[in-house]
Amino acid sequence: MSRLTQAVVLLLFGGAILRASITDLYLRYVKEGLRPFLLAAGLLLVAAAVTTLWQSLRAGEAEEDHGHSHSHEPRIGWLLILPVLGLLLVAPPALGSFAAGKSGSVSATPVSDSDYPALPAGDPVPVSLLDYASRALFDEGKSLTGRNVKLTGFVTPAPDGSPMLARIVLSCCAADGRPIKLGLTGQVPLEVPADTWIEVTGAYSTQRGKDPVNEVDVAYLEVKTWQEIDQPKQPYA
Amino acid sequence: MSQNRLDAEEIDWTPPPAPEPALAPAEPPVPRARRIGSLEVLAALLVLLVILRGWLAGLVDSERLQTWTTVFVSVLVQAVPFLVFGVALSAVIAVFVPRSFWARALPRHPALAVPAAGLAGVILPGCECGSVPIAGSLIRRGVTPAAALAFLLAAPAINPIVLTATAVAFPGKPEMVVARGVASLIVAVAMGWLWLRLGRTDWIRLPHRPDVDGESKWHAFWAAVRHDVMHAGGYLVLGAAATATINVVVPASWLQRLAENPVLSVLALAVLAVLLSICSEADAFVAASLSQFSLTSRLVFLVVGPMVDLKLIAMQTGVFGRRFVVRFAPATFAAAILVGTGAGLLLL
Repeated sequence: MSRLTQAVVLLLFGGAILRASITDLYLRYVKEGLRPFLLAAGLLLVAAAVTTLWQSLRAGEAEEDHGHSHSHEPRIGWLLILPVLGLLLVAPPALGSFAAGKSGSVSATPVSDSDYPALPAGDPVPVSLLDYASRALFDEGKSLTGRNVKLTGFVTPAPDGSPMLARIVLSCCAADGRPIKLGLTGQVPLEVPADTWIEVTGAYSTQRGKDPVNEVDVAYLEVKTWQEIDQPKQPYA
Repeated sequence: MSQNRLDAEEIDWTPPPAPEPALAPAEPPVPRARRIGSLEVLAALLVLLVILRGWLAGLVDSERLQTWTTVFVSVLVQAVPFLVFGVALSAVIAVFVPRSFWARALPRHPALAVPAAGLAGVILPGCECGSVPIAGSLIRRGVTPAAALAFLLAAPAINPIVLTATAVAFPGKPEMVVARGVASLIVAVAMGWLWLRLGRTDWIRLPHRPDVDGESKWHAFWAAVRHDVMHAGGYLVLGAAATATINVVVPASWLQRLAENPVLSVLALAVLAVLLSICSEADAFVAASLSQFSLTSRLVFLVVGPMVDLKLIAMQTGVFGRRFVVRFAPATFAAAILVGTGAGLLLL
C-alpha cells in the first residue's frame, strides 16, 4: 500500500467517524458521552491523512519509487475499509428484537435500603423501563399503584409468541447491550411486527414472569392504550 | 487479498476516478502485472462498493447478519478514540520523549522496574486498545520488555475510570473493586517477573516502522501515527469481527447451565471474557448482569478480560509478533484465572 493510498484510507476512515458523530448516527452504536472523543479522534485521523498527502505529494514520485518500500507498509491496513463501508454505505440499525430475544433481561437492581421516592407529577407520568421494573419487583409496586405510567420501547416476542415491551440497555457500546423486558397484559398490542417502536400508557400489574433465557424476574404492565411512534433519537436506555 | 486481485482485474471496465493528480506519474519501473498500484486498486474497490451498495444492503437484510454488522461497527466506533489517542501517545513517546527519560524514570534493576511500570498503569485512563501500541513504543525506546509488559497488563485494569465503573456496577460491594485492582496488579507484576526468568527477546518482533531519526520531529510524529493506525487499526478490525461473531452465535442460555458448578463457572466466565472482548471500561456492567454466576467467577471475568481477549490477541500479534503471542496469551490467561480465583476466595 503506497503512502498515498494510506492517506486516502485514513481520510475515509476519519471522515466516516466524523460524519457519524456530527449526525446522530453514532447514537445507534455508542453512548452520547463519547461524542467529543469521537470528534477529536476523527479530526486527528483526518489530520494524519492530510499531512501524509502533503508529505507524499511534496516528496513526489522519487519517494514512491523508493525500492520495495511498499512491502514494509502494513497490508492489514486494507481491513480499515470495512468499517468505512459499514459506517458510510450500510449504516446498520440500532440493536433490536433479535438481540433482545437472544440475551436474558437485565435484572433490575433495588435502590439501596431506602424507600422509592414518589413518582413525579403528571398523568400519565413518563417512566423508564428500568425504573418501572425496579419499582415493580422490589417495592411491590407501592410507588406505582394508582398512577398512569407512560413507557417507550420496541415490541419483541416472548418465546411463547406473546409481545413484550423491551429496550436495550448500553453501558458502553452495542457489544455489551442487554435488554430490559416487560411483560404486557390488558390491551396488548397484537399483530404488531417485532421491532415496532410504541408508546404505551398503562398501570401497574401484579403479574410476574421469568425470562427463560436467564431466569430473571420480569415485571408486567397493564396496557390501557398504545400507539406506534418513530424510533427515538436515543434508541438505548 | 484475492478479493483485491479480483478487483484489480476488473479495473479495465471500471474507470477509476482518480482523486489525486499525483496518480499520473506513478509509472513503476517493474514491467510486470504489478503495474497496477495500490491507489488504483483502492479506487476500483470503492467504485465497486458504491455500485454494489444496493446488493450489499440486501445482503445485510437477515436479522442475524444485521445484528452482526451493528455489533461490529459499534465495537469499532467505541474503540476508535482509545486507539487513536493511544497511538498518538505512543508516537509522542517515540518521537518527543528522549531515551534517557526512561532510564531515569524507572528503577535500574529490571526486577524493580516491573512493579514500578505496573503501578504506572494507574495513570493511563483508557482501555486495552490504547495500551498495546504504547507498550510497543516503550520497548522501542529501550524500556525492558518485562516492565513494558507489566504496564500493558496493568494499565487497562487498574486505572481510575475502570475502577470507578466497577464500583458503580457493584453497588455496596467495595471489596469487588479492591479485589479487581489487587488481583490485576499481581497478575501484571507476576507476568513481568516470569518474562524476566523465561522470556526471550527474539520472541518479540516489533513491526518495521519508518525510521524516525534524522527527520523533522513533526514529520516523524505523523509518520508514526499513520503507521500505527493502519497497523493496530487493521488488527482491531479483525478483533471486532471475531467479537461480533461470538456475540451473535453463542446463545446466552448455555451459560445458565454452567453457572451451577463452582469450578465450571469460573472457567466458563474466563473463556467468555476472552471471547466477548468487551472494553475494560464496560466489562464490570456485563459482569454485574451475569447475576446467576458466583462473585468469584465474575471477578475472574474482570481480571481476564482486560488482559487476554480476541481483540487484544489480534492487536498483540500485530505489534509484538505471533511467536510472542502464542506464549504470552496462554500464560497470562492461566495466571489471571489462578490469581483471580485466589483473590475471590480470600477477599469476597
